[in-house]
Amino acid sequence: MMAWYAFKRHLTVFRRTWWSNVAFNFIEPFLYLSALGIGLGAFIPQIDGISYIQFIAPGMAAAAGMWAATFECTYATFIRLHYQKSFHAMLAAPGTVAEAVTGDILFGALKSMLFGLVILIVIGLWGQIQSPWAGLIPLFLLLPGTVFSLLALAYTGITPHIDYLGYYVTLFITPLYLFAGIFFPVSSMPAWVQYLAWVNPLYHSVEVCRALVLGNIYAALWLHVAILLAYTVCLGWLPAYLFRKRLIT
Amino acid sequence: MEIVIRAENLRKQFGDVQALKGISFSIARGHCFGFLGHNGAGKSTTMRMLYGLSTVDHGYLQLLGEQVKLTPPHLKRRLGVVPQEDNLDPELSVMENLQVYGGFFGLSYRQARERGRELLDFMGLSGKENANVEKLSGGLKRRLVIARALINRPSIVILDEPTTGLDPQARRLVWQKLRTLKAGGVTLVLTTHYMEEAAQLCDELVIMHEGEVLAEGSPAALVTRHVQPYVIEVHLPREQIPPDIVEKAAAFGGEAEQMAHALFLFSKDGKKLWQSLAELGLPQHACYLRGAHLEDVYLKLTGRGDNLI
Repeated sequence: MMAWYAFKRHLTVFRRTWWSNVAFNFIEPFLYLSALGIGLGAFIPQIDGISYIQFIAPGMAAAAGMWAATFECTYATFIRLHYQKSFHAMLAAPGTVAEAVTGDILFGALKSMLFGLVILIVIGLWGQIQSPWAGLIPLFLLLPGTVFSLLALAYTGITPHIDYLGYYVTLFITPLYLFAGIFFPVSSMPAWVQYLAWVNPLYHSVEVCRALVLGNIYAALWLHVAILLAYTVCLGWLPAYLFRKRLIT
Repeated sequence: MEIVIRAENLRKQFGDVQALKGISFSIARGHCFGFLGHNGAGKSTTMRMLYGLSTVDHGYLQLLGEQVKLTPPHLKRRLGVVPQEDNLDPELSVMENLQVYGGFFGLSYRQARERGRELLDFMGLSGKENANVEKLSGGLKRRLVIARALINRPSIVILDEPTTGLDPQARRLVWQKLRTLKAGGVTLVLTTHYMEEAAQLCDELVIMHEGEVLAEGSPAALVTRHVQPYVIEVHLPREQIPPDIVEKAAAFGGEAEQMAHALFLFSKDGKKLWQSLAELGLPQHACYLRGAHLEDVYLKLTGRGDNLI
């Protein structure tokens, strides 16, 4: 139950700050879509039979989900953990570390969905949604959102100082972002990079989002979903374990 | 008398540091029990064990009739916790803080609001419901943390240094509220390094030092047991104190103690010793006669090792 109460707490706080939070996120995809989609796109005739802007737009939604979960479960969690001592407050109430951490995972996943939805609206207004299947994207983003929340929380759990969170973003999340098949097809890269892409959770998220936006539905999409599920199952225990080591002495 | 918390030979090791070296105590229902000691004495470690942030690795801890290794949620449901550091949600208003915290105990926001109103009233915070927590003074924040700890109507309230950093008015107000709580049957467990706070509030207390319990009892009993009833504080630099002061004082029925680098003369008959100051070679204007209190016990017991005479 504490996981739900913790999640409710995050929602209560989010209600206070959502406008400044979300509004800011409308701007970035606009910038990317104009700079890359229109600017760079002018030099790129077509990728896989679609225009460049069509190619990158769905990836923007997937990426927004990743960034949202990542920032929530690194900086925001670290502030609650280290500065505001919110975890300590929850643990003084009837709850366990695993439940408090689950509250963060749920919230990270929800933010993935919301921020992905924002981008989806932007690209929809831009006229880049070809299929009603795109309506499934917000729901789907809960899955990669959970994976990125778990990864971020695991790193946050072992981070001694807030400055170290930057390394996670720069050395881990940024490469995932750049080599996920958002800006260019992974198939254009050397074979070993293509293998690496399969390890990249964002790649799977991008593939599914693109398929849904274009209405290009095929059975192998389940494979991407299965890999994301496998990530969730394999990593599910890790943040709670690390947080417990840190909080319970 | 029903014992609600019983600890036997609690030990705790953090790496090379032994934070608790086998402490024992028992706390009776409805009492105010104090842990007195300076930073690093092991008070907070003990509190963390009580409210489930620290495991009991060695020794025995019983809480509300159950043996505890790590305080489980169903027992935490009956505790109220005032941690050493205020951990309010700065983004939320005063009432929202109470609602969210009440939510952790399964209260609906409406229930928590009703209880919250009563508690704000009780802690003298009515009218602050919608105030921004970040803009509250230290004293008001502390009162809010105490109000928050009461939202689940706990039978035991654990207060880790509840008044550290508060001004005298705020501190006395908190004391008064804690007395009211105790009168209502709530068991209070408190840590402090303020002697006055311990003397004013606690029925029983332990004096802790470097992970050990040095003494325990009621404040009055501790004073009777460990020091003589009167004390003369000597406010002189060390060089101006006669080197043979221990022997001299003894000749007049006094007991010289060097505590916290200052000289104290204890005596059964304070007046007699006071009149003998000239013979002891101590100027009266640099001396101060008073009744002995808890601080003297504390300094005497914990100050060992820095005696300079």
